[in-house]
Amino acid sequence: MTPPNDTEASPTVSITINGAAVEANPGELLIDAAERHGVYIPRFCYHPRMNPVGMCRMCLVDVDTGRGPGLQPSCMISVSEGMTVDTESERTQRAQEGILELLLVNHPLDCPVCDKGGECPLQDQTVAYGPGESRFVEEKRHYEKPIPISDLVYLDRERCILCDRCTRFASEVAGDPLIHFIDRGNETQVNTFPDEPFSSYFSGNTVQICPVGALTAEPYRFKARPWDLAENESTAVVDSTGARVVLQSSRDELVRVLGVDSDAVNWSWLSDKERFTYEANRSEDRLTDPLVRSESGEFATARWSDAAAFAAEAFAVEPDRIGVIGGARLPVEGQFMWSSLLTGLGVNDVDPQIGDGLDLDLVRSLPRATIADAAAPGGVVVLLCGDLKEELPTLYLRLRHAAVEDGAALIELSARATGLARYAKAKLHPLPGSIDDVAGALAAGTLNEAVGGVDPADLAKVAELLGSGRPVTVVVGRTNLAEDAGLITRAAAALHELVPTAKFLPALRRGNINGAIETGLARGRSTTEILRDAAAGEIETLVLLGADPLADHPDRALVSSAFDMVENLVAVDTFKTASSARADVILPAATFGEVDGSFVNLERRISPLRAKVTAPGQGRADWMIAAELAVALDQDIDVASLDDVRAQLSAAVPAFADVDWNNMDRGGDGPLLGSSGATGPSLAEIAAATSVAVPAVDGYGLRLVVDRKLWDLGTMVQQSPSLAHLAADATLSLAPADFDALGVDQGSTVTLSGPGGETAELNVSASRDLPRGVAHIPFRASGFDVGTFLSASTAVVDVRVNAG
Amino acid sequence: MTLGGVEIERAAGFVANDTPRIVTSRFGVDDSHTLVGYLATGGYEGIRAALKKRPDEVHSQITEATVLGRGGAGFPAGVKWGFMPKDVWPRYLVVNGDESEPGTYKDRLLMELDPHQLIEGCLIASYAVGLSQCFLYVRGEMAVAQERIATALNEAYEAGYVGRNILGTDFSLDIVLHWGAGAYVVGEETALIESLEGNRGMPRLKPPYFPAAIGLYGKPTIVNNVETLANLPWIATNGAEAYRAIGTESSPGTRMVAVSGHVKRPGVYEIINGTTTFRQLLFDDEYCGGMREGRTLKAFVPGGGSAPWFLPDQLDLPFEASQVGPAGSMLGSGAIMVMDDTTDIPKAAHSLTRFYAHESCGKCVPCREGGTWLERILGRIVDGHGTTRDLEMLIEVGETICPGDFPHAASERLGLEAQRFPYQMTTICFVGPSAFAPAHSALTLFPEEFRDRVREVSDDDPVATGVGAVPVELKGVGAQ
Ligand SMILES: Cc1cc2nc3c(=O)[nH]c(=O)nc-3n(C[C@H](O)[C@H](O)[C@H](O)COP(=O)(O)O)c2cc1C
Ligand code: SF4
Ligand code: SF4
Ligand code: FES
Repeated sequence: MTPPNDTEASPTVSITINGAAVEANPGELLIDAAERHGVYIPRFCYHPRMNPVGMCRMCLVDVDTGRGPGLQPSCMISVSEGMTVDTESERTQRAQEGILELLLVNHPLDCPVCDKGGECPLQDQTVAYGPGESRFVEEKRHYEKPIPISDLVYLDRERCILCDRCTRFASEVAGDPLIHFIDRGNETQVNTFPDEPFSSYFSGNTVQICPVGALTAEPYRFKARPWDLAENESTAVVDSTGARVVLQSSRDELVRVLGVDSDAVNWSWLSDKERFTYEANRSEDRLTDPLVRSESGEFATARWSDAAAFAAEAFAVEPDRIGVIGGARLPVEGQFMWSSLLTGLGVNDVDPQIGDGLDLDLVRSLPRATIADAAAPGGVVVLLCGDLKEELPTLYLRLRHAAVEDGAALIELSARATGLARYAKAKLHPLPGSIDDVAGALAAGTLNEAVGGVDPADLAKVAELLGSGRPVTVVVGRTNLAEDAGLITRAAAALHELVPTAKFLPALRRGNINGAIETGLARGRSTTEILRDAAAGEIETLVLLGADPLADHPDRALVSSAFDMVENLVAVDTFKTASSARADVILPAATFGEVDGSFVNLERRISPLRAKVTAPGQGRADWMIAAELAVALDQDIDVASLDDVRAQLSAAVPAFADVDWNNMDRGGDGPLLGSSGATGPSLAEIAAATSVAVPAVDGYGLRLVVDRKLWDLGTMVQQSPSLAHLAADATLSLAPADFDALGVDQGSTVTLSGPGGETAELNVSASRDLPRGVAHIPFRASGFDVGTFLSASTAVVDVRVNAG
Repeated sequence: MTLGGVEIERAAGFVANDTPRIVTSRFGVDDSHTLVGYLATGGYEGIRAALKKRPDEVHSQITEATVLGRGGAGFPAGVKWGFMPKDVWPRYLVVNGDESEPGTYKDRLLMELDPHQLIEGCLIASYAVGLSQCFLYVRGEMAVAQERIATALNEAYEAGYVGRNILGTDFSLDIVLHWGAGAYVVGEETALIESLEGNRGMPRLKPPYFPAAIGLYGKPTIVNNVETLANLPWIATNGAEAYRAIGTESSPGTRMVAVSGHVKRPGVYEIINGTTTFRQLLFDDEYCGGMREGRTLKAFVPGGGSAPWFLPDQLDLPFEASQVGPAGSMLGSGAIMVMDDTTDIPKAAHSLTRFYAHESCGKCVPCREGGTWLERILGRIVDGHGTTRDLEMLIEVGETICPGDFPHAASERLGLEAQRFPYQMTTICFVGPSAFAPAHSALTLFPEEFRDRVREVSDDDPVATGVGAVPVELKGVGAQ
């Protein structure tokens, strides 16, 4: 749908709009060409990111292509040489008045109590182009006032003008065709099928694009009036895609987040997680004051200076006996200040990935792709990663579009079929522990033997796609949290060997993880290693930078014993979490929407985070917390403002040298960071140094596959009242073919036994997404913590399933 | 022949006359719908003759014969087939048997009484354009037609007329039957394609969806009317010359017309194209035999419910598009609805407008909202609640659907000159304008019948419009 842009060396088409000669791009829709030349044609159904449908007829304008002028829908016709257009002719104006009068015929005019009032395209266009008064005196169409069509979205069919935007979005963009037109003619309405709610991860977009107040979202309903809103553009931080957003507040409270049309990143779409987790900012559980554990073991509120002094004492140990976990939540400036502080102290072990990430050397050495590279028409994309629909949903939308509309070929190389499987050209789902062998077989060209349970025919199909000469992008991330990350390192290296021109997009999920890597806040021992050393008594002070490893690190037992062993546990957080609740001191941080800063997304694109509201209580920006500690620790860090931090960052880290901090997103998208200048080992060397010992498959066991769901028990979801109840249940899934062999029944309760003899009772269901021989359980799901079955010390986890 | 105890010719409404019979030759013949009956009357000779020629020769033959499409638009079949892009396969033939235009019931008879002729027509068209997959879409309500077509198709498959290697040649064709689900708009070819694909029956946008280029499943597709295809066996057997010898240069052959309303003998007739006049059809004994006893003609609809109306002034026009268009209407689907002097004109208009408003698919605003509004205004005029302001509004609302001058007939009585066909429109398809056409014709040609019905109000009258009590009804899905 992206119109060809000016920079392409293609001849232009000369047309005349309202008497002025203008140049349009070949194939461009008239409505777009006019808008680019400053002539706005009113519209309701047209949306530049969706296929035109020509339903509302609001965009009719007088067009003459040589056969005399006549009304044509400008969203449906492409420009042609010599076309003469009059958007202000009497005929056009009469049509506009007529269409508006007809649209209002059945529109309830309950603007005073409608959330859209004040920002409503129907209101605005009626004022600008409408007839002034209505002659319709009959009774209007009546429906039951808003009905919930999902947990988050309400539909008022009386207000609906049937523009097909929401329904088109659901089927065309999200691929969740759960809302439809039903009935016909004047009785046409949008609705769901009975008992099938519009439960889409992207449902909030329909609310944003609805041109009237027919669709409203639970979190914003009746919260504010548009003219009371103040707004600021920022970047979403719930995952590493870095979707561009507008934050809107009323009375110093965030009330709404809207997607911004960033050409490079999110095309105006957001996942419901990016859109609605702002609710967590005002959660009652937000930390407002520094907390220090008193003699009695209880937390007591403290003044900042006292808390900082208390925390500083924890750093007064040998630097190699200090370990830091976390940092991906922080803005770039906070990350850099912490990195500087730790460097000053000689601390060398910081890991923001918390045990579910990739080898750092790998991430640093990957030839990087942009989202646009991955989603380019006609490309080949290898999905060596988890389920992007669950983990990086806006990236999912871009790749889905590439596959459905632009002929990109998707190849799944993952533990199970993901949300993109429906659109994939080829799928390889090796048994856990063998993904590197499968990639290795591709690289070696040994395509005739079954490897990792993968059919050689599928292998050959993938080899053909990869060898087709089309540009290849590999999205690389963790496809299975119960599997050693080293396997992914080796698989990525094998793919690189096979297609040396391939580019990579790291699917590290955590918010600003890429900022942490670029600012040096990722170095030394990994989280798992730090925890192991802590459990062994070799770490005295453990610092949690917005991290909750007790809930988030795959190996629960390890975290717990590490916490038990360390002398000092220091937490910087926005909430009292399972982990921070065990700290000796918690310093409250200000977060998304409350502080200015910047964010680096998975493409290494930097974009601004902007404050819109003040942080609750005494919460402070992370860079200030680091600076406060630096003062308490007599460090020579001289910063008084965000600008100072940024100047130091530009001077210290080459990748940031050219960042124009105050104009990052001028012209739309933020820029890609410059080269880091780092030269590390090659992918092949990194892979060679990676050793993973995968045990043979045990005939009675199943291999565990664990991955994330969008709605989970994570803090942001759980602290957002509208979302908390959406958390997925911890169901055990098996391939249908495994049911008979195991003698279990669909829907029954089974006993799962882990490698260490731990057991759990779980409901079991069949899933066609799984290969044979695996057991799947979502991470951080409701009802059962699969983390208790995971161990950082084994390459794979084998479990047994017994009936009853 | 009887059907369900009813004499079929009466039940079906076909009336024979002396015209050369091209498509109705078997009507009234016993067992005409069976393979035995068909073969006994020269059936499947056309495809045998066609298969002896090269496909492009058959195509040229049809083009030369100039078979005007009988679905409504009157576009010559052979020319339309030529719009398919070369060398794009698969390509499809879709038979439009969704006949639902008010007053039209000729295709139903063709399917009920001579289904093999239609199947043979499909064979010839498919052979001519080199396709091997045909879809036959039959209106959902036509139970007898569905049964007869299905039985005939089974017979044809069994006898080797349809399927692989037809009549020992390497021409193969599969025909798939599909029953409609009851929507008028699905007769519109792109809506029909949507419906066939399993989607909601709503018209596609042209451009880019010209079926010949982007049709069923995005492939080149010919959509032809049942009667159009039923002409092909005769042409393949007798040649294009013989066909052109009947009718006129621009409208050769015959055509079927379906007459309903206040004539002595309403029914379906096969008439000579281009020369037969409306007067002959309505008044000659050979055809309808004139008005009911003691009645006079008031007006008639010359081409299906969506056509602007004609008056007795236009009776001498022949069935010739080039003359009917300038006179202010169209030949459309060949349905003539006759109104005598007992007709309540506003009520007749309301009845037709209500049909189109009800059949709107809901896709575009002018039709979805405007059609229903027109229907309501007409409704209150008919009910005696209308005002003079409503009469202006009828036209103004209609102009939002069809901007500019709307076609209408000339009237000597009113001193009115004809406004020629066609019209401009703001809608996607013709259903929207069709809701306006009856209202416009009625009001333009019979203004006095409306004036008598409405209360005079001035522009600044605060209650310019009378409103009938409209019950409020909640169309909810229950408390969810
Ligand atoms: C609203 C509407 C309804 C139509 N209904 C029919 C119909 O019932 N049967 C038909 O054959 N054509 C119908 N048509 C015409 C078809 O779109 C198409 O032109 C025709 O099937 C082409 O066949 P022909 O070229 O053989 O006439 C309709 C058109 C419109 C706009
Ligand atoms: S609910 Fe809104 S977006 Fe959906 S069709 Fe109605 S007006 Fe359009
Ligand atoms: S004119 Fe009416 S029937 Fe035709 S597309 Fe528009 S709404 Fe549907
Ligand atoms: S914007 Fe073009 S028809 Fe709706």
